[in-house]
Amino acid sequence: MTADAPVLVVEGVSKEFFGVRVLRDVSLSLAPGRVLGLVGENGAGKSTLMNILGGILVPDGGSMRLDGEPYRPRGPRDAAALGVTFIHQELNVFSNLSITDNLFLTSYPRLRPLPLLAKRASRERARQLLREVGLDRSPDDLVETLAPGERQLVEIAKAISTDAKVVIFDEPTTSLTARETEKLFDLLRRLQARGTAIVYISHILADVRRVADEILVLRDGGLVGSGPVAEFPTDRMISLMVGRALEQLYPDRRAVPGDGVVLDVAHLSQPGVVADVSLQVHEGEVVGLFGLMGAGRTELARMVFGLDPYASGSVAVDGHRVPPLDPRAAIRRGAAFVTEDRRDEGLLMDFPVVDNLAMVALPRFGRGPAGVVDTRALVAAAREVGKSLRLKTASLERQPARSLSGGNQQKIVLGKWLLSQPRLFILDEPTRGVDVGAKYEVYTVVDDLAARGAGVLVISSELDELQGICDRILVLRRGEITGGFERGAFDAERILRAAFGEPARRASAQDVAEETT
Amino acid sequence: MTSRRAQLLLLRNMPLVLLVVVFVVFSLLDQRFFDPQTLVNVARQASYIGIVAVGMTLVLLTAGIDLSVGSVMYLSAVLVAEVLDRTAMPLFMVVVLAAAVGGLLGLVNATTITVLRVMPFIVTLAAMSAYRGYAWQLSESREVNYPDAVAELGSTDVLGVPVSVLVFAAVVLVVHVVLTRTAFGRQIYAVGRDRRAAERAGVPVKRVIAAVYVCSGLLAGLGGFVAVSQLGTVVPSFAQADEFDAIAAAVLGGASLFGGRGNVWPGTVAGALLLQLVNVGLVFTQVDLYLTPMVSAAIIFLAVLLDALRTRQLERLERRTIRVEGDQDDAGPPARTGAPVGEAQGSAP
Repeated sequence: MTADAPVLVVEGVSKEFFGVRVLRDVSLSLAPGRVLGLVGENGAGKSTLMNILGGILVPDGGSMRLDGEPYRPRGPRDAAALGVTFIHQELNVFSNLSITDNLFLTSYPRLRPLPLLAKRASRERARQLLREVGLDRSPDDLVETLAPGERQLVEIAKAISTDAKVVIFDEPTTSLTARETEKLFDLLRRLQARGTAIVYISHILADVRRVADEILVLRDGGLVGSGPVAEFPTDRMISLMVGRALEQLYPDRRAVPGDGVVLDVAHLSQPGVVADVSLQVHEGEVVGLFGLMGAGRTELARMVFGLDPYASGSVAVDGHRVPPLDPRAAIRRGAAFVTEDRRDEGLLMDFPVVDNLAMVALPRFGRGPAGVVDTRALVAAAREVGKSLRLKTASLERQPARSLSGGNQQKIVLGKWLLSQPRLFILDEPTRGVDVGAKYEVYTVVDDLAARGAGVLVISSELDELQGICDRILVLRRGEITGGFERGAFDAERILRAAFGEPARRASAQDVAEETT
Repeated sequence: MTSRRAQLLLLRNMPLVLLVVVFVVFSLLDQRFFDPQTLVNVARQASYIGIVAVGMTLVLLTAGIDLSVGSVMYLSAVLVAEVLDRTAMPLFMVVVLAAAVGGLLGLVNATTITVLRVMPFIVTLAAMSAYRGYAWQLSESREVNYPDAVAELGSTDVLGVPVSVLVFAAVVLVVHVVLTRTAFGRQIYAVGRDRRAAERAGVPVKRVIAAVYVCSGLLAGLGGFVAVSQLGTVVPSFAQADEFDAIAAAVLGGASLFGGRGNVWPGTVAGALLLQLVNVGLVFTQVDLYLTPMVSAAIIFLAVLLDALRTRQLERLERRTIRVEGDQDDAGPPARTGAPVGEAQGSAP
């Protein structure tokens, strides 16, 4: 069969940064219409390898061939022109432009010989592409009006428009709902049928197993396993990635919930967002907030923390009433909010780790009437926190947050609140985009917080995760609490049913159950 | 839903609405103001700032700024006068020369910004001083005179429309077409929204940025010539602080200083007219001369404040609709943004 002639061959590719080998002698070969699942912990070299394929980095050694020809892209544009498209985790779309503009930004059809755009032709072509990816939108719609899943479809449509031979997907499902994910997988199958080769990178191993034909596992920049998907059950992938068998995914719970109420939300309502939400979080208790994307979980958290307005109801932290729209008051009462978007909201990427850790607690280290910061005490405290988080950094004072892996970044976001010793933690998707090993450490930190007497409210789309770390799970559906489950009485199907507000379909319950085990 | 749509339409066209409101207010204060001739005068006086503001809009769209335009206007006017002193040339060539000199000065800015990678604010701030200083040296800080033909051009009408206004209209038409109908124009918006993403998408970012500064210089040169044709002479303080009027006009017209948002038509045109309308209106209503700058500053402030409110309101109207709806349908169906319920964007704005 000619399909066996590989479209992409990588041989012995290596890459070094400042004397550190981040990629060692990696080889792979990819046939048309095949999906290669690429897995590995954060920092294992996946991104480096893909950036080399996508033309963003130049390898120090090794060679690549595309369709038998030597493949040496000079940049992302060159790579795309040669037929390799990279769909980044952070989408490369321009929200202020229309779908058509985004599709043809660098390849607009022209009204020759005029330099003008062929608007009608491009709109027609855009409509056709949107139909192919199953996006029911007008080509004139601005991208800012699209949901994340729809934006991703625009990027895929763009890849199709350039007749890409190889499409690289980096964590494509992190911001997608279950239904959007299904749609994406359908589309992947159609791309495959057209003969497009696909590289699929994800931390959600159940997804990888579902879509991939072959698996490639990286650890510490080296290839530690590759072969057909059938030879790679999830636990084998995990043990290869981590380099040891991971017996348990969740730490043992040490914290015992007390009687004191740390967070008391009563009858919170905001038209069109949440309706009559009441909930309590106790000392040392970890409460999970589950729901589909768009159920109002993040919105609820933002209201509690004073970032969004609400029409009626009340919020109290540690017995003190917190006024609406006053996050500083919430912080004074001991509330801490870790946002899901750590890049935009949680971290100063170009600042060193210490400055990030110090951001919230800075006033506590002010000395004297002028509040001059006691830098030495601050660094000492930050170092202490860094140690308890097991941060992997070369230098707390010098290394910018940007240069750390996703898992370590997330630990800094948690750590900056640790320094101010809060009473209540609200964590929004604390492990999104974080690899298995780092997840475990994040869970340990959550348990630590609870053990110290803080109340923790965790928002997550991963039901398994909530079942693993929570004392109680509340389900939010369309802005209303539709279920509450105590530890010991967790039942994935019943929880999902509450989230969907309908008899849960068998398939979806199984999917979630498979996700991390 | 219809009221929401009407609200969106109103907010999107705020510069035009403001323009009408200000005109009506002044007309109520003084009935002589309500006269087509007033509008013609306003348009004539607004034309040169308008031309410069169009160039400024291009720069602002890339999230840059060009503080040198006032000095480019002056220096190119002085340089062209020097050339005219020595050689006679047809009027048309004079216009082309003024624009070319401006474009060249813009190229200097563009090169410094893209090749040497210095911040646009600093580059154009330095250029503002340097260009004016050079022009002062050339002119020995004296008034420079232009041939009468130039001044005649400034007072010529074609079918009742001043030539300056026609030039302004032509500039707006060309730039509007470039912005909306060429790949370069769309790439300007992309670069302004997210420069790194634009690089990854294969947009020639540096070339786009360089081009907008060249355009800005070119249009400043042209705007300077239009101003000369109206005044007939170039004094040492010619076009001083005009960069601020140009920025104000663009921002009044809805351009964002953060880039990626704004347009030339109707935005910047409305902004430039609004600015001039206020000035003329204040003269008409005989506001105390010393109060004039403060009143016009207050009006600019008010307009920009309204714009900030408008942007926030627009965001709210466009975002809220994809949030969770109540179980009953009366909570308002999703408007044109309507993603299915439960599929909405989870991330906070």
